[in-house]
Amino acid sequence: MFDNVNGVELTVFIVLFVAVSAMGFVASRWRRADDLEHLDEWGLGGRDFGPWITWFLLGGDLYTAYTFVAVPALVFGAGAIGFFAVPYTIVVYPIVFLVLIRLWSISHIHGFVTPADFVRARHGSSTLALLVAITGIVATMPYIALQLVGIEAVLKAMGVTGHIPIIVAFAILAAYTYNSGLRAPALIAFVKDGLIYLVIIVAVIVIPYKLGGWNDIFGAAEKKFAASPNPGDGVILAGPAQLQYATLAFGSALALFLYPHSITAVLASRDRNVIKRNMAALPAYSFILGLLALLGYMAIKAGIVPITSAEGKPDNNTIVPLLFDKMFDSWFAGVAFAAIGIGALVPAAIMSIAAANLWTRNIYKEYINKGATPKQEARSSKLASLVVKFGALLAILGLDPQFSIDLQLIGGIIILQTLPAVALGLYTRWFHRWALISGLIAGLAVGFWTTYQIQQTLVNADKTVTVVKAHFGGSGFPLSKLGMDTTWSIYAGFLALLANLVVCIIATLVLRALKAPEGEDRTKSDEYFADRGDPRVHDLPEVVH
Amino acid sequence: MAVDEPDDPAKDPALSPEARERAERHDRSPWNWLLLVPLVVVLFPPIYNRIDPTLLDWPFFYWYQMAAIILSVLVTLAVYQKTRG
Repeated sequence: MFDNVNGVELTVFIVLFVAVSAMGFVASRWRRADDLEHLDEWGLGGRDFGPWITWFLLGGDLYTAYTFVAVPALVFGAGAIGFFAVPYTIVVYPIVFLVLIRLWSISHIHGFVTPADFVRARHGSSTLALLVAITGIVATMPYIALQLVGIEAVLKAMGVTGHIPIIVAFAILAAYTYNSGLRAPALIAFVKDGLIYLVIIVAVIVIPYKLGGWNDIFGAAEKKFAASPNPGDGVILAGPAQLQYATLAFGSALALFLYPHSITAVLASRDRNVIKRNMAALPAYSFILGLLALLGYMAIKAGIVPITSAEGKPDNNTIVPLLFDKMFDSWFAGVAFAAIGIGALVPAAIMSIAAANLWTRNIYKEYINKGATPKQEARSSKLASLVVKFGALLAILGLDPQFSIDLQLIGGIIILQTLPAVALGLYTRWFHRWALISGLIAGLAVGFWTTYQIQQTLVNADKTVTVVKAHFGGSGFPLSKLGMDTTWSIYAGFLALLANLVVCIIATLVLRALKAPEGEDRTKSDEYFADRGDPRVHDLPEVVH
Repeated sequence: MAVDEPDDPAKDPALSPEARERAERHDRSPWNWLLLVPLVVVLFPPIYNRIDPTLLDWPFFYWYQMAAIILSVLVTLAVYQKTRG
């Protein structure tokens, strides 16, 4: 388990990890409420986070350890296409700026905890709400599992192998999330983000200096991609990849704030201005992400060779830890590894809380215990958060981790299918509730079908093509598969959303013509603008309906 | 839309002045149009998909998009300042 371990790295890593875990337990006393046995307290941290806490919380939530490991890995392997994370995180905030404040207002008046709560009240359909909740849980689970992949990559680079360390790390995480709820990741996020900023700023100054400057770094990348027979890679985008680049960035941006964990962090903020201000301040993380992506090129220049997995495939996710290991002194490499490791804990905690809230509010309370008291709700969520995390752990240990990566890829595509019911639902009730159900199902079907069709191929030196993976080989769907005479690809989620919207519109027209019964809308148009201080906005609604 | 609220609550004489004032609230502002700027700037890769001109050895593709982050912060900040409640 501990062959060839770097003692200094591991000691620094463990010290920081333990310190942060202690914070996680203490967090239950931070900004303490009288009673943590309420879902608004455990699951939303009291709904009273100001601009700074929200900034750290959302930053820690959205920019996950997996992002920090996978984005540079993609840039290392394919070049410019991996940089899509930058336009993605540029456009997301302007897009959701006006949408999230509406969601905040209506949720605070009605005491909604999850997006499915809103769907139920707005469209008057518990079936639609159930589907939205299940979609959310299914999209979130593999995302939690992937955070473990981030920790594992770091442990591998330190020479620690075997499953026990990761089980221990996750058990600690599960214990303090159970104990402290959303307050734990909110407090830990300060440390996580501080460490990440420190590490990245040092990395982009020290590493290019050691490698002979940016010109050499981009030069080495250009040389690698010129030598590679694969037509899709390069320091800039190959012509046909441009549509995929833009639709991937746009589609991912539309999907990001539909994820339950993003909405959890948004609903925990104190007022509308906190959200607006954060939409302007969060791109600071995008800047760090852009710099981080370029670590992929630095790894090329530094001659990093990814660690080969047990199945004999090179694991590109190990390149960032290996680069840190090679370029930094042991103690600072330890800090960098801790930053990634702790970076996995914050989103994993928030995601499991969000998934647990969906379970409690939209399945347990709706179908199992209709008269659940706030205390029973909080207890149900706490238990569900444990189940969700151990499920993720089993998925990583028991199945091929590749399975989680595939699922996460689909995760973005399937959560995007809740856009008509949730995001468009915030603006209009034109869609019929049954049409939204049909659209969601159609979108999911198209999403699965397209990603199933996508192959991952490798072009060999003699121009022959090897199929590396027959299915779920990426998210770029070749338009030629639809019979179009082109080499262009498009983000599969985009096609699925298009199908979803078309079905929603047609089915609505048909259902109206047939005079199918409309659902009851329990929201009022002026409630979408209410802010803190409005008598209708309760910080802790007694009756949570 | 037939399903939406039939009357304008802002003009309903039965409501208290505070309730009428609440009903008049909205998020509309001409400043919101600025939010489209970052989308136009980065969602059309042909604008920036090239190497030259480089800046401090960075290909155009990379420094343009990093600069776009700063632009989007300024734009979003402006909209926030002009529309804060």
